[in-house]
Amino acid sequence: MQTKEFLKQMVEATGVSGSECRVADFISRVYGEVCDDVRRDVLGNVIGFKKGSGEGKRPAIMLAGHMDEIGLMVTQIDDKGFLKFTQVGGVDQRTLVAQEVVVHGREDLVGVIGHKPPHLVPPEDRNKAIPMNELQIDLGLPVERVKELVRVGDVVTVKRSFVELGKDIVSCKAMDDRAAVAVIYECLQELRKLRHTADVYAVATTQEEVGLRGATVSTYGINPDIGIAIDVCHGAMPGVPEQDTAPMGKGPSIAFGANIHSKVFDQLVKLAKEYNIPYTLDPTPAGTGTDLWAMQVVRAGIPTALLSIPCRYMHTSVETVSMTDIKLSGRLLAYFIASVDAAFVEGLLCY
Amino acid sequence: MLLRRLTEAFGPSGFEHEVRAILQEELEQYVSVWQRDALGNLIACKEAANGPRVMLAAHMDEVGLMVSHVDDAGLLHFHKVGGIDDRVLVSKPVFVGKERVPGVIGAKAIHLQKPEERTQVIPHRSLFIDIGAKSKDEALEKVKIGDYVVFATKYDEFGQGLAKGKAFDDRAGCVVLAEVLKEEFNFPLYGAFTVQEEIGLRGAGVAAYAIEPDMAIVIEGTTCNDVSGMDEHEYSTVLGGGPAITFMDTASIGNRAMIRELVRLAEENNIPYQFKGTVTGGNDAGRINVSRAGVPVVAISIPCRYIHSPVSVMSLADMENTIALIKLFLRSIEGGFRV
Repeated sequence: MQTKEFLKQMVEATGVSGSECRVADFISRVYGEVCDDVRRDVLGNVIGFKKGSGEGKRPAIMLAGHMDEIGLMVTQIDDKGFLKFTQVGGVDQRTLVAQEVVVHGREDLVGVIGHKPPHLVPPEDRNKAIPMNELQIDLGLPVERVKELVRVGDVVTVKRSFVELGKDIVSCKAMDDRAAVAVIYECLQELRKLRHTADVYAVATTQEEVGLRGATVSTYGINPDIGIAIDVCHGAMPGVPEQDTAPMGKGPSIAFGANIHSKVFDQLVKLAKEYNIPYTLDPTPAGTGTDLWAMQVVRAGIPTALLSIPCRYMHTSVETVSMTDIKLSGRLLAYFIASVDAAFVEGLLCY
Repeated sequence: MLLRRLTEAFGPSGFEHEVRAILQEELEQYVSVWQRDALGNLIACKEAANGPRVMLAAHMDEVGLMVSHVDDAGLLHFHKVGGIDDRVLVSKPVFVGKERVPGVIGAKAIHLQKPEERTQVIPHRSLFIDIGAKSKDEALEKVKIGDYVVFATKYDEFGQGLAKGKAFDDRAGCVVLAEVLKEEFNFPLYGAFTVQEEIGLRGAGVAAYAIEPDMAIVIEGTTCNDVSGMDEHEYSTVLGGGPAITFMDTASIGNRAMIRELVRLAEENNIPYQFKGTVTGGNDAGRINVSRAGVPVVAISIPCRYIHSPVSVMSLADMENTIALIKLFLRSIEGGFRV
């Protein structure tokens, strides 16, 4: 499958934090085509395994991209059949007005989050964002029918189709962080052309948006010699200081700081230069706000690195990323994996 | 399906070409005389020797956006066309220009916002459309300043007998008018598909001047706020409650004789109907009402929740009942009617 098609089907699938089953099933199936084995753990992480070549102890490298997405959860069905809701992960309430949604009840139900018509909005209210607790989902069904089909706790996603903006930029919900799952897929395909001694664990993690939980347990289970997280960072756009962003289409942003092992970082930069892969640098003194923050302190500690894909409008339903960035990141990861041997891993303990 | 085709068509005020073409094609075998004018109104003329000259009107245009500036980063800045609440624009896909170049209206990530920002409305002048262009030149290869923009919303049916889509105001009215025009009546009937309603009722005035009607019915998609959190006395209309008759709004007062006749026909034929409960807003009836020496008018509307947004909701039964009621009214005046 082409990486773009894989990404399209992933982002259009459902997988709110804690309810990742559907997207996980799809990822498992596709990873099965490029891995030697695919399994799941107790928290629902999808773990693809690709064996390295050679005898003796092989280094283990874990790649983590989270497959969960932010979303909504039903908290109340009112007496008219409208649904009240809360957020799962960090949702900007202003992105929800006039949005089509899918309520994942006993069956998938299309709904609309409406608002008062402009003709009826008093002037003093026009400059106020509508708080989430005043928004409601309209299913267009009588209350009895709604109660048959929907339960408090059901999750809700914005209904959104993948769209290509020009040749390189693509947009949809859930690019954060399925773009990273696509990077890992790109890397796995690239690895088929390369000789690598390291075993690769390709992990699509769960519950990142609510507290990095999938990464915590999958890292424990795998106990890798090196753990690399792939996530999105803020793509350059007007209204946001340039130093807080990375340019779109100019390659992965490679982080360095306390959350990253300096030798893994150095190796990534060295290989990027060697293979002419463009990249930008992402200085992050403390927490990266990604799965990597959890991965680094699992068991007795894991050497780590972080690659980020620039993404505009993060946590809206029109997140945009560059396919070029996804491809370049996948290639860089593959070259990195091919470069790792037992001696490199041993060196990571020598400061 | 005509409603689907019409609501997915591209037609902000001043750029109604696609809608006009669809309607003309739909009515090809029912209407032999078409009149067009300088503003782009499309008028189906069903002439007859005797009887009152009756005008029916539905507007073709929808609210939308217009590209006002392309910046160095290749992002498109825009004006609003018609009454759009800035709050509905964030996080939506759109089509730019008649070639429908896809774009998205994003917003700064929540991670980068200060807490107080989340309670503030992002004014449309601070928003922009991203078409994936990396520079001004690349953007200008695909779009130009002045291009119109519509929401990229697909029509669909959902819930119990409901439809969702953009531009039900007033493409639902266009469907009603088209269905009525498929029948023959014994008096001169003029079906005006008007332009530029959303930016100031511009088309209806000149269409009425040309038609010189004895009476007119305006068919609209109107506000509907029968949702939780509203008291019933605040409702403008109720979804599924049948066609909404306007006795008064800011632009016109409905003709009492016409309203009485509509109510009589609805009750005798068991067609649900309602009166619009609010008097805000105005529509083409306001312009037709004061055309030349004056025209008796009434507006009959299909309730639309979340009107003027990327996705509004209407009841298909309301549309069918509007068609039925208007046909009954027209049949009743075949026997003579004094306003």
